[in-house]
Amino acid sequence: MKLIIAIIKPFKLEEVKEALSEIGIEGMTVTEVKGFGRQKGHTEIYRGSEYTVDFLPKVKLEIVVADEMVTKTVDAVVKAAKTGKIGDGKVFVVALEEAVRIRTDERGDAAI
Amino acid sequence: MKSWSKPLGGLLKLTGVLAMLAIALPCFAQDATPAAEATAAAYESYDAFTQTPGFTLFTVNNLWILISASLVFLMHLGFASVESGLARSKNTVNILFKNVLIACIGIVTYALWGFNAMYPGEFNGFFAAGGWFGVSNDDVSLMTDTYAAYTWWTDFIFQAMFAATAATIVSGAVAERVKFGSFMVYTVLLVTFVYPMTGSWKWGGGWLDQKGFYDFAGSTLVHGFGGFAALAAVIVLGPRMGKYVNGTIRPILGHSMPLATIGVMLLWLGWYGFNGGSVLSADPRGVSYVFVTTTLAAAGGALAAAITSWFVLKKPDFSMTLNGVLAGLVGITAGADTVGMGSSLIIGIIAGIIVVFSIVFFDKLKIDDPVGAISVHGVCGIWGTLAVGIFSTNEEHTFGTQLVGCVAVIVTAFVASFILCAALKAVMGLRVSAEEETEGLDIGEHGNEAYPDFSPAHK
Repeated sequence: MKLIIAIIKPFKLEEVKEALSEIGIEGMTVTEVKGFGRQKGHTEIYRGSEYTVDFLPKVKLEIVVADEMVTKTVDAVVKAAKTGKIGDGKVFVVALEEAVRIRTDERGDAAI
Repeated sequence: MKSWSKPLGGLLKLTGVLAMLAIALPCFAQDATPAAEATAAAYESYDAFTQTPGFTLFTVNNLWILISASLVFLMHLGFASVESGLARSKNTVNILFKNVLIACIGIVTYALWGFNAMYPGEFNGFFAAGGWFGVSNDDVSLMTDTYAAYTWWTDFIFQAMFAATAATIVSGAVAERVKFGSFMVYTVLLVTFVYPMTGSWKWGGGWLDQKGFYDFAGSTLVHGFGGFAALAAVIVLGPRMGKYVNGTIRPILGHSMPLATIGVMLLWLGWYGFNGGSVLSADPRGVSYVFVTTTLAAAGGALAAAITSWFVLKKPDFSMTLNGVLAGLVGITAGADTVGMGSSLIIGIIAGIIVVFSIVFFDKLKIDDPVGAISVHGVCGIWGTLAVGIFSTNEEHTFGTQLVGCVAVIVTAFVASFILCAALKAVMGLRVSAEEETEGLDIGEHGNEAYPDFSPAHK
């Protein structure tokens, strides 16, 4: 089992969700986050004083998949989330120890 | 804080409460009759009056003033919204609380003391003692057109709403760091004793009125008063933590522009009562004239602020434009019935330009005013008062007299506020602790959250 963490541009969420749906992935958790990588922030001005906003709004998706699905999933996310412009985001793959479905007590791959 | 200051602070609060009770005791006697001369047309009774031809007009006039009082009351919702919108979410409950209570304190203290102190009839022109406003409901000299175009009760409630708005101007400037209890004591003392005194100088027939000073609805007596009381308070209180760091100004963003907008538009609506009611009758030409001058000034102020901020700050600033609406309104308030239509537009435009520069100016002086109250009410209050000297169609209004009146009131407000704040700072502390300021006054002062399940990002 692997945990796939994807940080993407917020407006790309629908597209990525549909792309994942097409390869059979129906479950995910989404959080609104802020962050930056090499994409610079921008300057804003409020009541006459300037300030820099470095943190930009992004969306974080967390998806748990069986090992066989990892490559397909990562490819789907990358393809759907890409704009080619700076700030597109990143995907991380993390080894996962255990998963449990709360309703039925199923464990392991059956819980995904 | 010194070890003796906490019990002394408690003693001060107790003294304040006892003083209020002492003033209130006569109210149970419901005594009557301030000096109201019976005219040749004295009515036998109120019922007799209702049968006379003049009763219909009286009813219409009285009704308009009561509606105006309600509109001015609505301005408290406006103030609460604009102040909380321009402050951080973690201080929202505290700001709303201050605004709601100030309205109540303003009205009650005006009933206990202020109304009679501000309109004492014959007096030395500088100060009159106040007292309970109650009179007999059967006093025909006060409840018919013998008194005015409206009843004594209407007169009281309309003026009481004004008193409360003068007090609430300060609450925006001191937001996010003033101690709740200290601010309430400050409000009681400022609104009870100082506001009626300066108000009596003009509206009560005092020395400024004798000099020919003119302030139609309160650019100086309400707005200048509040704005410069606020300036003194902010100087004693100090800026918010993190606002001025290493010689730079770090903006502290308001948490809700929609709320700020709701606030300003409510204030604009309320101003139709503030200025419209100050005609003190429902006279069609008089009230409609004032409605239009007021509106032109508000619109001019907003447009001017938007364009000025666009040029000066590269992009038009929304919250400054909101301030521009109010600046125009404050600017026209002294002369809404005595300047021409074109002049009212110009007055509003100039106020809108002034307010943008004023906001930036105070920040440069490290005077932290989260909502721009000092600029909108103080600085533009001065402008509105002087504008009467420049634009009034009445030759008796001179720039010099306007200047004297304006300076006298704002200096008094400033000095009184400064003394009150310095005393409160020494006795019970004026400012919350650094820890509380960071966590938010909602938790520290009230143990409450404004947005318990959903917190917009706050720093």
